[in-house]
Amino acid sequence: MSFTTFLQQCLTGISLGGAYALIAIGYTLVYGILRLINFAHGDIFMMAGYFMIFAMASLPWYIAIVVVLIVTVLLGISIEHVAYRPLRNAPRMSVMISAIGVSYLLQNLATYLFTALPKGYPEIPFLKKIFQIGGLSASFVTFLTPVITLIVVYALITLIHKTKIGMAMRAVSKDYDTAALMGIKINRVITFTFAVGSLLAAIGSILYFTDRMTVFPFSGSLPGLKCFVAAVFGGIGSIPGAVIGGFILGLGETALVAMGYSTFSDAFTFVLLIVILLIKPTGLFGEKTTDKV
Amino acid sequence: MLKINDLRVNYGGIEAVKGITFEVPEKNIVTLIGANGAGKSTTLRSIAGLVKPSSGSITFEGQELVGMDTPDIISKGIALVPEGRHVFPDMTVLENIKIGAYLRKDSLEDDINWVYSLFPRLRERSWQLSGTMSGGEQQMLAVARALMSHPKLIMMDEPSLGLAPLIVKDIFSIIKEINKQGVTVLLIEQNANMALHTADMGYVLETGTITLSGTGKELLADESVKAAYLGKKNK
Repeated sequence: MSFTTFLQQCLTGISLGGAYALIAIGYTLVYGILRLINFAHGDIFMMAGYFMIFAMASLPWYIAIVVVLIVTVLLGISIEHVAYRPLRNAPRMSVMISAIGVSYLLQNLATYLFTALPKGYPEIPFLKKIFQIGGLSASFVTFLTPVITLIVVYALITLIHKTKIGMAMRAVSKDYDTAALMGIKINRVITFTFAVGSLLAAIGSILYFTDRMTVFPFSGSLPGLKCFVAAVFGGIGSIPGAVIGGFILGLGETALVAMGYSTFSDAFTFVLLIVILLIKPTGLFGEKTTDKV
Repeated sequence: MLKINDLRVNYGGIEAVKGITFEVPEKNIVTLIGANGAGKSTTLRSIAGLVKPSSGSITFEGQELVGMDTPDIISKGIALVPEGRHVFPDMTVLENIKIGAYLRKDSLEDDINWVYSLFPRLRERSWQLSGTMSGGEQQMLAVARALMSHPKLIMMDEPSLGLAPLIVKDIFSIIKEINKQGVTVLLIEQNANMALHTADMGYVLETGTITLSGTGKELLADESVKAAYLGKKNK
């Protein structure tokens, strides 16, 4: 393998990893606040793909993107409102089952409404333009994805550590009652968290599907699972962890494909999950459990 | 200022508070004393809206609090220093102090200096993660955090719990100091001796009902209080 091919593969891997990272952050954020694995997250991502198809059918791309971001955020917020909020004081298992239910609901709704046949993802002209840097050539979206990911992560970390709502998020993630005693409205913070998570899923979906060109009702389930693994690998609850997990997953998968083992590229994710659970169950940057005796 | 009327609270299937009535006059220090499970914490938690009472009324400056959400109750000028301190362990001391003023939009500079002057230890440690501090320091931080919301009424749930006697003394002198500066205090204690010496008024709570009330001095002199809470034998 020549050096250029190697770099080319790295670029592909980083780009895929960037999209994974954006979705993985959604899992980690919601887990941090609600202690809930939002199994519907991958399907929100899939729905964002369909929204784009319909938005682009009648709108120019720059308006379509905004519409997709907004509609996806609304979808995420309404799922929280309808499926999770009524279970706020229920055992955690009930909320998780509810999340699985929402996931199946969205998949079947999509099958019913849009049929199970893959639909072509619209081309956003400037994202598909072929770019060349040195010997590397790839569509613009491949270069753009990791850049957007890093910008978003930086913005998110700033939000969480420098703003009032970020402070409220950190407080709520530790202790609902005490946060409420500070005057923080818990439900508002949770809604905000779902909005941010869904926004990132929508951005990730645009970047991911532009490269893959088709959307079908189950195209959210495998990426969703993978990104969940990425979040667990990095330590669920940790944003840097989710990002690093996403990139490792993207690079590892691409490396396997490049070496000719594409059959195993999906298996890689789950091997990684098994290994991390055996070696370091809390993930790379996971919260240390501070059980005082 | 705060009036509790025939408050009943069910908690985990049992009636933890069985119809208590008491009052906290403005600018006073009022204490509720009683053994474990007497319903003291439940009372405070229902005032703060963390627990929903099954009946009765809680009025603050004439306004009914039952049925209101915790953040709205807090915004009326009530603060609760929870039992076990509950500082946010992975925030710095300064962040913990700032989050106490979450509902305020004005400048915090003066008040941060004010709580630092009440607790000089916190100023030294303003960049330390609060989870790494000692119990006494965390208690000071929890009080400082509550003061940052400019409460008219501050409620404290066992501030002396698990602290060394010297630090307990400090905490109580701070309570008096806070009160002198015009904040009404509702204090829950198992350390009845310290609490009654500090308080203007006291109520004794036993298994969900108030059995005795009076000024701090009266209760200190009461034989049954002496026997049950002060560890002095009747002669």
